[in-house]
Amino acid sequence: MLYSNCWNWETGTRLVANTGNWKAKFEWVEEPNVSPDGEKIAAIVKIGKGEFNVCVNGKIWGNHFDRIWHTRFGPAGRLTALVSQKGKWTVAVDGNAWKNSFDYVWNTIFSPNGENIAATIRQDSQYGVVVNDESWGKMFYDINNLTISPDGKRTVAVVQTVAFRKGDIFKFQEGCYTAAPDGKAWDRNFVNVWGLAFSPNSKKLAAEVRTSLYDYTVAVDGALWQDTFSCVWAPVFSPDNKAVAAPVRVADKWTLAENGKQIWDRKFFQLWGQIYSPDGSKLAAIIAPKFGKWTIAVGGHPWITTFSDLITDVVFSPDGNSVAAAGRDKGRWTIVVDDQSWKDTYDMAWQPVFSPDSRNVAAKVGKKEYYTIVINGKPWKHYCEALWNPVFSPNGNKVLIRAIENGKYYRRVLPITKI
Amino acid sequence: MAQSVKKPEKKFVDIGLDEGAARLTTDMIQQVISRVLKGETSAYLKAYVDTCVSCGLCSEACHYYLSHDKDPYYAPVVKVKQTIWEILKKKGKVSPEFIKKASEIAQTECDLCRRCAMYCPFGIDVADIILIVRWICYMLGVTPQYIQDIANSYSVTMNQMWIKEDEWINSLQQQEEEAQNEIATLRIPIEKEGADIMYSVISPRPEFRAQFIYKAAVIMDTAGVNWTMPATPGPDNSDMTIYTGDNEIMGRVKKTHFETAMRLKVKKILMSECDSIYDIGNKWLGWKWYPIEIVNSIEFYYELLRDGKISIAKKFEEPVTLHDPCNVDKGSALYKMARYLINATCKEFVEMNPNREHSYCCCAGAGVINCGPHWKMKQMHGSKIKARQLAATHVETVIAPCHSCYGGLEDVIRHYKLGMNVRFLSDILYECIEKPRVVIDV
Repeated sequence: MLYSNCWNWETGTRLVANTGNWKAKFEWVEEPNVSPDGEKIAAIVKIGKGEFNVCVNGKIWGNHFDRIWHTRFGPAGRLTALVSQKGKWTVAVDGNAWKNSFDYVWNTIFSPNGENIAATIRQDSQYGVVVNDESWGKMFYDINNLTISPDGKRTVAVVQTVAFRKGDIFKFQEGCYTAAPDGKAWDRNFVNVWGLAFSPNSKKLAAEVRTSLYDYTVAVDGALWQDTFSCVWAPVFSPDNKAVAAPVRVADKWTLAENGKQIWDRKFFQLWGQIYSPDGSKLAAIIAPKFGKWTIAVGGHPWITTFSDLITDVVFSPDGNSVAAAGRDKGRWTIVVDDQSWKDTYDMAWQPVFSPDSRNVAAKVGKKEYYTIVINGKPWKHYCEALWNPVFSPNGNKVLIRAIENGKYYRRVLPITKI
Repeated sequence: MAQSVKKPEKKFVDIGLDEGAARLTTDMIQQVISRVLKGETSAYLKAYVDTCVSCGLCSEACHYYLSHDKDPYYAPVVKVKQTIWEILKKKGKVSPEFIKKASEIAQTECDLCRRCAMYCPFGIDVADIILIVRWICYMLGVTPQYIQDIANSYSVTMNQMWIKEDEWINSLQQQEEEAQNEIATLRIPIEKEGADIMYSVISPRPEFRAQFIYKAAVIMDTAGVNWTMPATPGPDNSDMTIYTGDNEIMGRVKKTHFETAMRLKVKKILMSECDSIYDIGNKWLGWKWYPIEIVNSIEFYYELLRDGKISIAKKFEEPVTLHDPCNVDKGSALYKMARYLINATCKEFVEMNPNREHSYCCCAGAGVINCGPHWKMKQMHGSKIKARQLAATHVETVIAPCHSCYGGLEDVIRHYKLGMNVRFLSDILYECIEKPRVVIDV
């Protein structure tokens, strides 16, 4: 669901909160979070010894907690925090703690529509998942890699189903880990399971697995690809749910495989971070065509532009015709779009954002202590103390800028022509 | 150099070696060796072996050789002869028993300190050769039990001590609470996107040297550093799978580490006091250098003090000496910065001799200390020269800016009854710096 349709896109600048004053009101103020629509800014604040709260637009929640951490706004604007009272932990949503509490809670995640909230839990030295205040029920010896499905109705994590003593290297090699969609472990264990991915229709699950100390492959709903490899990286599903693509290492080089078959005729020194275009017709990935050179390959064809340090945060445009990424070359960050780097370089760059009509690209960038927005390589001439990723309006003509300047948090909607 | 090669130590039992070797056949061994020794590996190995003239000059460099009264068995060239030379000469047709012995030599009789490379007239790097032996042995499933268990831990948790995600975060929160008894406003900022520094450590837990996070936090808080620590796997800057030969897990650990820094959008990674051979994993992945800048703690603390971000309130009263970790020194000029810090914080500094890049290894590094209690006495016998060096300083405090060295020196001091104590640089700094916001908890 595109919530931005419902946001206020009236052009202008509005002061939302004088965050600079918060430091005088509270013992301490932690780094703030901002809601996706920019209407709310929140930070954990210390009220007194052992008393914490969350300040949202200058007002604190009704309940104090002994401890709070990890405040996050979900896609629908709900604010979560991990909170502790009398040694027990739970999730608080907009200030209301869930009824169930646990020995520990961490790793809050949201469904894409923001309606479902999940987190990993520890209770009595066993591990599980809680979704919307309901536990899986089944607990395991360990848990990691919590993932939620695109429809938000399913969760999965890597779980340890067999106990072994530290130092029992042979038991470990027999396989003690698997994936547990909705708390139900696959009927086969592996030496390791990493990189979980649900299909877009939320019905299938893929994972990278190690079947012995030396053999890696991909499992889809527990069934292994026919071949094993000396290494694989995390798989992704195609938009039509039919294919799973994963980087595989063959003869000391990396290439891309789909449903177990190598689909690119070239091999690279490295390959990871593959993504499908929204219509599924193209695959792009981060590659190292040779040692110490990084670029993007689309359909197996490397770009000419290379980066010495890294490429990250790759994204397809909504129409699937463009690819953008953040890259670092000789210590300087920039944005690269369709094989063309932006002219300016920065101390840091965040994931680029395409406008819904795919015609414009914006990114948050940092220089020294300040941040700004750059659209199509052109910087917004404001330098902010804090800034969040830009959001384009549904028609692509405006951009939402959420920024703290001179100790004040402003919500700005600007026509992109003003930048 | 004498040619007789004997092994004076008693037989050690390790299921990782014994059971691993029991599963092997000569055919399996030959297949794996031919897979490993090809292409670039084969070429540079051949260059090393063809270049070596068996002059034995490397012997005087080796702390195992010196600690065993110059027994030729422990000479670096003999370690190479007993392992890779035989493998090459026999084109991989070696027995399971040979592989078990080769693993023992590579994992427990060489710390990859690279001191011998400085003594070799041709600059042959025995550490590189020994790493290949470890790789072959790992591929054959013959790795000491305890360090293999550490490799298994990395594969699951991305840290070396089986620390689960909740234990890690909880440990940070406990350290923060403890530190707040001293500095009420002190924070250990978790998951702070856009911080300047991501502080990476060697998987601590509450009962094992967790205090160094507390102390580093106090130093960074005092200096006004904008820093963070991740709540996800990836904070561990050690990567002991470098030392077992499990390259795939080594790469995965490094990938996770750097991707964590990229996700948090930090400018630098601050590495805790650690001597790890750090730039192997990134190279396996294709990163020529670190994709995100890494700063060693020695350099970081040096800059804080040099730039006036921390100041010294009092000097450490007792005389101290410094153990120069092998890779810190041979890889860079950090030893000068360590001495700057010590001279600024301590009343009396006594050099150990030899020192800097010529310092003797603590005999714990490169995974030797991680091979477990079976091999502890062997480690102690190999550190006799270090014990003599320590004793000759006649001081009670030795500073060791590396976790492996710290643990190794504690063992040496205990075993040889030296009556000394070991400190990190951060321990000394923590005690000596001006802390402007001290709060007495009443």
